[in-house]
Amino acid sequence: MTNPHAAADGAPPPQGPPAPDTDACTGGAGGNPHPAEGRAATTHPHPTTHGLHAHLVVTRPAFHLDITLTAAPGEVVALLGPNGAGKTTALRALAGLTPLTTGHLHLDGTELDRTPPESRPVGVVFQDYLLFPHLTALDNVAFGPRCHGATKTDARTQAAAWLDRMGLTEHAGVKPRRLSGGQAQRVALARALATHPRLLLLDEPLAALDARTRLDVRSQLRRHLAEFEAVAVLVTHDPLDAMVLADRLIVIEDGRVVQEGTPADIARHPRTDYIAHLVGLNLYRGRAADGHTVELAAGPVITTTEDLAGDVFVAFPPSAVTLFRDRPTGASARNLWRCEVAGLEIHGDQIRADLTGELSLAADLTTVAAAELDLHPGAPVWATVKAAQTHAYPA
Amino acid sequence: MTKADGSGAVAAPRRGGPRRRRVRPAVPLPLLLPGAVALVFLLLPLVALLVRAPWSSLPSLLTSTEVWQALQLSLICATAATAVSLVLGVPLAWLLARTEFPGRGFVRALVTLPLVLPPVVGGVALLLALGRNGVVGQWLDAWFGITLPFTTAGVVVAESFVAMPFLVISVEGTLRAADPRYEEAATTLGASRFTAFRRVTLPLIAPGIAAGAVLAWARALGEFGATITFAGNFPGRTQTMPLAVYLALQNDPDAAIALSLVLLTVSIAVLGALRDRWMTAS
Repeated sequence: MTNPHAAADGAPPPQGPPAPDTDACTGGAGGNPHPAEGRAATTHPHPTTHGLHAHLVVTRPAFHLDITLTAAPGEVVALLGPNGAGKTTALRALAGLTPLTTGHLHLDGTELDRTPPESRPVGVVFQDYLLFPHLTALDNVAFGPRCHGATKTDARTQAAAWLDRMGLTEHAGVKPRRLSGGQAQRVALARALATHPRLLLLDEPLAALDARTRLDVRSQLRRHLAEFEAVAVLVTHDPLDAMVLADRLIVIEDGRVVQEGTPADIARHPRTDYIAHLVGLNLYRGRAADGHTVELAAGPVITTTEDLAGDVFVAFPPSAVTLFRDRPTGASARNLWRCEVAGLEIHGDQIRADLTGELSLAADLTTVAAAELDLHPGAPVWATVKAAQTHAYPA
Repeated sequence: MTKADGSGAVAAPRRGGPRRRRVRPAVPLPLLLPGAVALVFLLLPLVALLVRAPWSSLPSLLTSTEVWQALQLSLICATAATAVSLVLGVPLAWLLARTEFPGRGFVRALVTLPLVLPPVVGGVALLLALGRNGVVGQWLDAWFGITLPFTTAGVVVAESFVAMPFLVISVEGTLRAADPRYEEAATTLGASRFTAFRRVTLPLIAPGIAAGAVLAWARALGEFGATITFAGNFPGRTQTMPLAVYLALQNDPDAAIALSLVLLTVSIAVLGALRDRWMTAS
């Protein structure tokens, strides 16, 4: 067997290191975006030559995207944002399918700004996979190697090895329409990886799957991405997908980066309402007045345990909120607001109450508690949060 | 009130019975009558052709060398015109469907012009362009010694001129309906735009191309006006079936009917080939 790609399942990925000094960069899976910064800075104009350095600017009549994106080899970066934020445009710009208005794009030290998509070392897994319907799974995967000059037999041998890695050997001869969603996703991943890309792009890789399949495919995808030794960028509007699959999140809203960091960091310190909503936190922005009190722009004051100055964010989970029908007397909580129930909805095995009034917030309570309080839209309530349950951090 | 309710409850199932049997409401007469007349009008000539066909002498009529020559020439020229339309028309359809250039809508209108142009006018225009003294024809004659009018090649040119728009419009429609992102997916896998077209788009739109080709072929086979104007009517060289039918009608009506039957058979075969596309449209 002379085929170098016939790796057994679980074996290291077939791509060899592209250059001898990549060992400085490939350990970046832990989330440090610039592992080789100190070493490369003296010899190269860019902080790191390896990995992705992009400043993507795309201007259209009704839309402006302007984001900076860096990623080290081996790193998985998720672009997270609401629909219409510009995630897919960013992905298309990286792939060369949408031209950059200005900005630059460097991958492993090579400038790709004006390179056509077919000449970029970039693989794409499209949202609905776009497997060629007239070709079998095997020929779909062999398409890339064929375009890169492999003979028909060689391309098919490589494709068979990739399908084997994905556990799809018995589906090699099947046309895409006869594959399940999860299988199609793996064929699409194999097809993208078969060209040995230095940058793998995944557009909403799990959006087309039903909830049950999603769990399986997500964990498989995580394994394959962990094995992938070049840069992977995935686009999603699902925070769970982003947090499970990615080492680092870049949150995009209205074509701009609003926050960047590890999943844990972003979950703990959201900086916009969108992220706070995604991770299920109440988020407020205000000024730390003196010591432990934060004055919000709208008027109310929140007491925290952190000692900060200047502009700060305050966050607390809905579960930290306690509700009373009558004003509590002698309560230790200094954070007490008079509110009104705006809406109620089932949230897991809890009831989530949306409150308006002195402070708009979400509160979680058990169904029993909700019944005892006789909560209904329009009902007046008092909401308290212990200072120790809040979390303040600089804005 | 209660009495009315009771009778209604009894009557309801009785009324539901006939309503279920008569699925559609009555067809209005002002639509039914003209529609029936139209149907008869379209079918009557074909029936007449079958009624008056000289069935007993048909074998001898159809095996005469003249008929055979005309049929052979028709098939060859129509097939060649279809091939020309495919080779030139599919790329044109792709350009119209997949690229942006100024005046694209105008070009598209020009492409469809031969569809509505009287074929005789097309023949005259071809003579002025490619005739021996034509705008381009004089140079073809002077430099390469090529003369197209009144040759078999001229028949192919005339038929291509009339048939190609059918193919272009059909293929362009299929291309517009096909998802262009498959081509994008192919380019991200390293395929040039042409490779993407050849290996992905072409197989995907193959049914549309086939339908367009059949349509163009049928149109080329029946082409009369442009052919007789541009290529003349020389038996064995430029006399195709429709020309032979027209000529035979003057001296030998039986032969004309026999030739017409052959063309009718071919037309029905074409309809059969396209039935999935058209007859299931309802």
